[in-house]
Amino acid sequence: MTNLINQTAAALAGLLADGSVSSVDVTRAHLDHIDAVDPDVHAFLHVARDAALATAARVDARRAAGEKLGPLAGVPIAIKDVLATHDMPTTSGSKILEGWIPPYDATVVRRIRAADLIPLGKTNMDEFAMGSSTEHSAYGPTHNPWDLDRIPGGSGGGSAAAVAAFEAPLALGSDTGGSIRQPAAVTGSVGVKPTYGGVSRYGAIALASSLDQVGPVTRTVLDAALLHDVIGGHDPLDSTSLTDAWPSMAAAAQAGLKDGALTGVRIGVIKELNGAGFQAGVKQRFEETLALLSAAGAIVSEVSAPNFEYAVSAYYLILPAEASSNLARFDSVRFGIRVNPEDGPLTSERVMAATRDAGFGDEVKRRIILGTYALSAGYYDAYYGSAQKVRTLIQRDFTAAFDKVDLLVSPTAPTTAFKFGEKMDDPMAMYLNDITTIPANLAGIPGMSLPMGLAPEDGLPVGLQVMAPARADARLYTFGAAVEQLLEAHWGHTLLSRAPALANTEMFATEGGAV
Amino acid sequence: MAKAELMDYDKALELFEPVLGFEVHVELNTKTKMFCGCANEFGSGANTNTCPTCLGLPGGLPQVNRQAIESSIRLGLALGCEIAETSRFARKNYFYPDTAKNFQTSQYDEPIAFNGQLTIELESGRQVTVDIERAHMEDDAGKLTHMGGAAGRIQGADYSLVDYNRGGVPLVEIVTQMIEGAEADAPEIGKTYVAAIREIVKALGVSNARMEEGNVRCDANVSLRPRGSNILGTRTETKNVNSLRSVERAVRYEIQRQAALLTAGGTITQETRHWHEDTGVTSAGRPKSDADDYRYFPEPDLVPVAPSRAWVEELRATLPEPPAARRKRLQADWGFVNLEFQDVVNSDLLDVMEATIAAGAPAQAARKWWTGEIARLANAAGVTAESLVTPAQVAALIALITDGTLTDRLARQVLEGVIAGEGTPSEVVASRGLAVVSDDGPLIAAIDEALASQPDVLAKIRDGKVQAAGAVIGAVMKAMRGQADAARVRELVLERAGSAPVEQAPAEPAE
Ligand SMILES: [Zn+2]
Repeated sequence: MTNLINQTAAALAGLLADGSVSSVDVTRAHLDHIDAVDPDVHAFLHVARDAALATAARVDARRAAGEKLGPLAGVPIAIKDVLATHDMPTTSGSKILEGWIPPYDATVVRRIRAADLIPLGKTNMDEFAMGSSTEHSAYGPTHNPWDLDRIPGGSGGGSAAAVAAFEAPLALGSDTGGSIRQPAAVTGSVGVKPTYGGVSRYGAIALASSLDQVGPVTRTVLDAALLHDVIGGHDPLDSTSLTDAWPSMAAAAQAGLKDGALTGVRIGVIKELNGAGFQAGVKQRFEETLALLSAAGAIVSEVSAPNFEYAVSAYYLILPAEASSNLARFDSVRFGIRVNPEDGPLTSERVMAATRDAGFGDEVKRRIILGTYALSAGYYDAYYGSAQKVRTLIQRDFTAAFDKVDLLVSPTAPTTAFKFGEKMDDPMAMYLNDITTIPANLAGIPGMSLPMGLAPEDGLPVGLQVMAPARADARLYTFGAAVEQLLEAHWGHTLLSRAPALANTEMFATEGGAV
Repeated sequence: MAKAELMDYDKALELFEPVLGFEVHVELNTKTKMFCGCANEFGSGANTNTCPTCLGLPGGLPQVNRQAIESSIRLGLALGCEIAETSRFARKNYFYPDTAKNFQTSQYDEPIAFNGQLTIELESGRQVTVDIERAHMEDDAGKLTHMGGAAGRIQGADYSLVDYNRGGVPLVEIVTQMIEGAEADAPEIGKTYVAAIREIVKALGVSNARMEEGNVRCDANVSLRPRGSNILGTRTETKNVNSLRSVERAVRYEIQRQAALLTAGGTITQETRHWHEDTGVTSAGRPKSDADDYRYFPEPDLVPVAPSRAWVEELRATLPEPPAARRKRLQADWGFVNLEFQDVVNSDLLDVMEATIAAGAPAQAARKWWTGEIARLANAAGVTAESLVTPAQVAALIALITDGTLTDRLARQVLEGVIAGEGTPSEVVASRGLAVVSDDGPLIAAIDEALASQPDVLAKIRDGKVQAAGAVIGAVMKAMRGQADAARVRELVLERAGSAPVEQAPAEPAE
């Protein structure tokens, strides 16, 4: 029988549609693989085995009855724990929400259910998406499938590790400063942060409202596009949701596979995101990729974004400020855990304080304190106000750059996956890991990370970040699919086919992962 | 609590000049809440009108209610405000269990309406123009009920219950500029200003405007400036004063309390104060200071509200006649003296009166019936007058009296029949056989003629000088050639005088 876990979502969809396999078989294969490898990887916080198999059986029955189903019907998917699910616990990686089951589904969850995808479970993340390593999860870290002693990136390390470890072909993530793209880069997977407003945030537990964006986490660009088409589009429940009529991202990705898709495409290399502090192997793979692109007919030039040097500072004012307010609702009154103070009277104020003290981790407390300070009277203009001005300057840098080029590229992260504990005692080093991904969130533009090889010095994945103007998500998919095809042709295989086997299971039917 | 020392009001005014300011919260009567689709409904089961957004659940997001924006713009326009081309919501951050998100979504530095004016008229005829600083939108908090303590107070309570049905209900907060020069009228200005706001929101139809249900709530700021000084005193803010009379009393109380305290060498603390309806006093609440830091910042989950100029003008065109202007017009049209007109206004009968008169009834007769017999029946039944009968029915009833078919006594029985659902007044007359015995016909004609020919006597009777009726009675007896019962004639003269048309402007009645 065909190995079902190393298929792309697009391939699985084909097999399901022509009746070669059932959704129950596909779902069970993934659940079994989760059982085999997740004790080591810990990508999942919750696995909904029974519900997933039941949903798959229903989809199979409807398909058998001749019902016309959507393109991804019957394909399993993992859901980042930041998204509200009415039938699974939703904790956002925090102890304060331990065991909480929301009474509703996030809009994106509603949409994947309506498209008959099969939710497998909820994936691990840094608490409230604050972090770049999943080490800040209250439920223990996720391990990088490429090296279990290393971080899988963050905050969405669980979703990235789940697809990289073949536990799920698709996953949902959220990206506030790189939480989809950086984990994709360090796990050799594909992640897309759509244009701000392109995908609904309703039901995504807010970190920083003006930066958060939900997006796809997959192993191929086409799969990401297929998932984007399911979750994207206007949602009246999210006031910041764009009302645009979006083109098919899947069609855009398919267009990138055609000959000559790269000819004449103007690529800008951001000078400020290619410099000091970048790992040698990261720089090397980036240069090689640029050379391949030129050879394929793309026009590569350097552009400058002078205000990017302020991006991290601005980001770490805006994010904590918004987060301090967004996290105020976690007060034990209506949901979540409740902790009473050890002594003294049980006033609501004291119960709130004791609950928040016990329920929030250190990184969350650190950012709440930072944000509270930044918004305080007398400091607002100097901190939050100035950060918003920087944001405007960064938007102008992008506008100026996109006047000259169609797309901007950089390494997705300055380094490959680092070891556990390496940056835990140095928040600044952790924050600087996001230097490449943060500008896109500040400007609201779409960004993608896709694999561009392994760093020679450590054999770990390196990601290429591609950014397009706001609303030009389709351009990302066309270009991303073309680059992916170019690189895989150059390597002769997919990157993830080189990932080490995680358990005593036969992971690949053939070397290339094909049927 | 210990009762504060109060200074005699006149003495306080001699020593100090009161400076006022009001914040009036108007709860809009939109179908749904400000930022979600939950019903905006008073009296539902606790926490039944809730959703992830208004419960502040993780992942909940706000969506602006278009109707609330429309109502706010209309209210702003009715207050003579400019409407902002773009306005924004902000978050006002503070922890309190009745605020689900632990921040209130309110407009801070970019309100939807600003720079308005409202002219009010006091009973003395003095006109006062109150400058409106701003009218901004925000969402209401839930309702806390403290259990186990005394009188529902939080002190001594064992636990508290929260009902989030009101959480997220749209409010417009109308903030005045400082009101100076109020002098001894300060309490009445407070009452009249809030009454005017209530009247406007009612005329606009944007709020149910029931103060007893908290649809209109007033915070009254009072400070005293010593005579001869140009330095403002420290102000107190008395919160949630929920009736017109209470606004008047609370302002007066604060003037007297602050004057006593200042004269005794004390200082006023800048604080919020609670108004106690039962005892008529205010008590200290939370101290307010510049250290209060709500960490306002623009609400990132909402895009700015940018009403097009065309829409604003469209809404301006829908504004009703300003209530004060309408009252002036109606009083003049109807020829009512102040007391008569006030009676109609206070009984909330302007609309039905207007409709009754439009249906052909003389104004005085309409007033007599609505504020008299109908109001009495409504009062007894515990319902509003307008819920008993329609203006058309009242006008028909009055027509039957005017044409002599009914006497007042018979008309009261017909009214009963109409209220009981027996049909129109004519149908009730027919089915109950209530028409005036034909004998009274010529008598009534003679009385009407006599009253019409002696308008000065008519005016006197209407003023309550019943002895004046003698002249008319004499004329009628003469016209009837003595063929009438004098007692009956007297009864009918007084009755007809009550509903006769006014021929000349009546004199101000004595109180
Ligand atoms: Zn609601």
